[in-house]
Parts: sequence; C-alpha cells; structure tokens
Amino acid sequence: MSTVRIIPCLDVKDGHIVKGVNFVGLRNVGDPVAQAKVYDQAGADELCFLDISASAEGKETMYDVISATADSVFLPLTVGGGVSQVLDYQRLLSCGADKVSVNSAALNDPNLIAEASQRFGAQCVVVAIDVKTVDGVWKVFSHGGRRETAWQALDWAQRITALGAGEILLTSMDRDGTGAGFDLALLAAMRQAVTVPIIASGGVGTLQHLVDGVQQGGVDAVLAASIFHFGIHSISEAKRYMANAGITVRPLVNHEG
Amino acid sequence: MKCVIVNHGSGNVRSVFRALEHVAEAHRVLFSNDPDIIANADHLVLPGVGAFSNCMHSLSARPGMLVAIQQQAREHQRPFLGICVGMQLLADYGEEYDGCSGLGWIPGRVKPFDLAKIQDCAIPHMGWSTIVPTRDHPLTHNLPQPAMVYFAHSFVFHAAKPANVWAQATYGKTFGAIVGAQNVVGTQFHPEKSQQVGLALLKNFLNWRP
Repeated sequence: MSTVRIIPCLDVKDGHIVKGVNFVGLRNVGDPVAQAKVYDQAGADELCFLDISASAEGKETMYDVISATADSVFLPLTVGGGVSQVLDYQRLLSCGADKVSVNSAALNDPNLIAEASQRFGAQCVVVAIDVKTVDGVWKVFSHGGRRETAWQALDWAQRITALGAGEILLTSMDRDGTGAGFDLALLAAMRQAVTVPIIASGGVGTLQHLVDGVQQGGVDAVLAASIFHFGIHSISEAKRYMANAGITVRPLVNHEG
Repeated sequence: MKCVIVNHGSGNVRSVFRALEHVAEAHRVLFSNDPDIIANADHLVLPGVGAFSNCMHSLSARPGMLVAIQQQAREHQRPFLGICVGMQLLADYGEEYDGCSGLGWIPGRVKPFDLAKIQDCAIPHMGWSTIVPTRDHPLTHNLPQPAMVYFAHSFVFHAAKPANVWAQATYGKTFGAIVGAQNVVGTQFHPEKSQQVGLALLKNFLNWRP
C-alpha cells in the first residue's frame, strides 16, 4: 500500500467556499486560497476543489483560485466541476491542477475520458461518480445530483476505467452532508469492481468513519469537507486517529526554519 | 545562472516553475521551447505528464530542441533533471501504448507496473511513498524526514544497471524512484508537488555541481 491520503474538499461557488447538505442549502465558509494554505500547513495529502458556480463569470474565477493556490501550495491539486471538453483539462492543468475530475460531461460523451487519458495520462483523469440508491439499486446521477442516468454505479465504473480513467471519486448522495459515515457496502463493492484508486466521499461525521472507509471499504483516499472546514477535527487529529487504528498515513514533516 | 524548464507542451510546466522559483537563490528560472535559450541553460529541467510516446514526439517535433538538450546535458555536462515522464524518457525504450524509443541516456526500459504481482495495490500508483537513497548523493542530502514524496504513475523505470538507481521506493514491490548517471538525474515522483521534501530536493538540484 501507499499511504492513505486525506483530502479536504473545497466546494467553490463564485470564488467562495460553500458546503452543502445533500447538495442543497449551501453555507459560505470562506476564501478558498486562504483555506488551501491552512490545509497545506496542517498536513493534507492533496486538495480537491469542486467548482459549483453556475455562471460563466464564476467559472472564470475558478481559474484564478487554482492559479493563486498553486503559487504557494506545493501539493497535488484535483479540480472538478463544469469540465466539458479536453480544452478544459488543458487550461486547468496549465493553472496548476494535477488532476481533473469530470462527471456529467463523461456521462454525455464517454470518449472525453479516452481522449483526455491519452493526451494527459490516466493519472490526471479522475471520474467523479455520484451515487444514489433508487429502488435498492446504486444509480449514477449527473448534473450535481439532479438527474438520474441509466447507469448502475459498478457498470459505469468499469466502463470509465476501460476508457482510461485513472481514479474514481465516489460520492454517496444518500450520505453526503449527513455525517452518518460512508456507504461502506458501496465502497467495498466498488473496490471489487475496479483496480484504479478510489477516493471515498460523502457522509464523514467522525474520525472513525475515515477508518471504516479504509478498513472496511478498502479505499485509497478519503475526502471530507465539513468536519475539517467547521473545525470539528483537524487533519493532524485525523491522521493520528487513523495511525492509531493501524492505517499507514503520511506523518507531518518538520517545517524548515 | 539560468535554470531552464523545457516546455514541450505536455508537462505541468507552471507548477515546476513555481516550485523552482520558490527555492532559487542564484538562479533565474524560466521555461522555454526555444532551442537557443535551452542551449544557454546552466541547469535543465524536463517535466512531463501524459504518455511516453506523446512526450517524446512533442520533443522531437520542435526543430533543434533535441539537439539543444543533448548538447547541454551530454556534451556540456550541465545538471539535468527529468521529472515523472521526463525521467522515464531517459530510458532506451518506453512500452506505453505502441512503444517508443527514449533518449537512451540511462540504460533501461519503462514497463507497466505488473498488476498480478501487486496485490492490494491500485494502479496508477497515486500517493505518497518514502524514498530510500541507495547512495550518498548531493541531491538527497538533508531532506526533511520522513522523506515522503508524491507519485502518480502506472509505468516504472527498469534500469539495466543497479548503479543507475539512486533511490528506491516500494509500492507492492521495490522500484527506481530516482535514476541517474553523472550529471543526469530523473525522479519518478513529482518534487514540485511534494511539499518541503520536494522543495529541498529541487534546491539541492540547483546547488548541484556535478
């Protein structure tokens, strides 16, 4: 194993961080660049930015946010939200993103994944999968969770990895924002279905939930927003807790001078 | 002193630029696809993301580029750093997609991680692993501990001679994390994305006088 990554997620709308509960009722919690620096110092292993702006101006602002973050934070950055074509990858990567996460556009045109993977490498092609249980079946939703697709989660995951996706960001819409913990059955089933790294997302309320995601869900990385943004737990607390549970994490490095 | 990052269109050039600029003292850091500028570099950096063959083709597509790089690194013995695919290009051959010849400066082949032998390890290898130097070298002096760095790759450098592997990392099995020969060195990981450890290594590179 590599060390399990802890990835704070910043949902950004028009240049400000927001965090939703079940994708609605957004609360503004601040400046993304300042927050990214705080997470960098705190020992985050990677940062994830999701742009949920609806307007063209909001999307332009995101490029500035990524660029300003990459100026001072020397960590891997994953960026998603509103990515619709190969040009978007190019532009986000040139701002300093290392990985680009795509969701609805890949459902519209799966070839986007193959094209991006060939051009930029599988390691930079993350596919975000939003999953909600419908009649006992894990269904994939697009458009920020508003639209049900015909895909079942595990089938879609196998399709996109065959096309060259290098990582899956798996969100349980049933759990997102509830603090009730990851959907462990979904994570474990996904772990069996694909060989690429899986980032678990949606529902973290306690540090034990992070441990469960790794030990029972078999994921390679855990993503969380609320518990870190609202200061419920720090990243170093999370790492200590996971290390005590026997999970290998990257320890904090002594800072220079 | 000039440190030139070779801009061949497929790398995360700006991130490498920002990190080098962050640690540069005596150096001016710039990125360029102009062979004349590359021919005047004191230190050369070749970043790379994407497929081996894409990278190699974009280097050879630019007139004079390969010659300028060869001249600086091989004839004038300027310190040269390849990052990720930029490191893999130092090999004789890369097997990604249809396969493609590399620069051939360090004997070896770039092959996929063998999934069958790496149980419980997802591919690509994406995340932080410890590098263990196999020799005492200025590049890895005084790195903050633990010396963990960020990897994102599905292919690995199989060096023909153990002497060319300067540091190893383990992900399912042990592989070459840093390869080198005289003034040429390559890192499979991304120092520009590896916080203090990566910045310290880049600073060592700029101070390196092989």
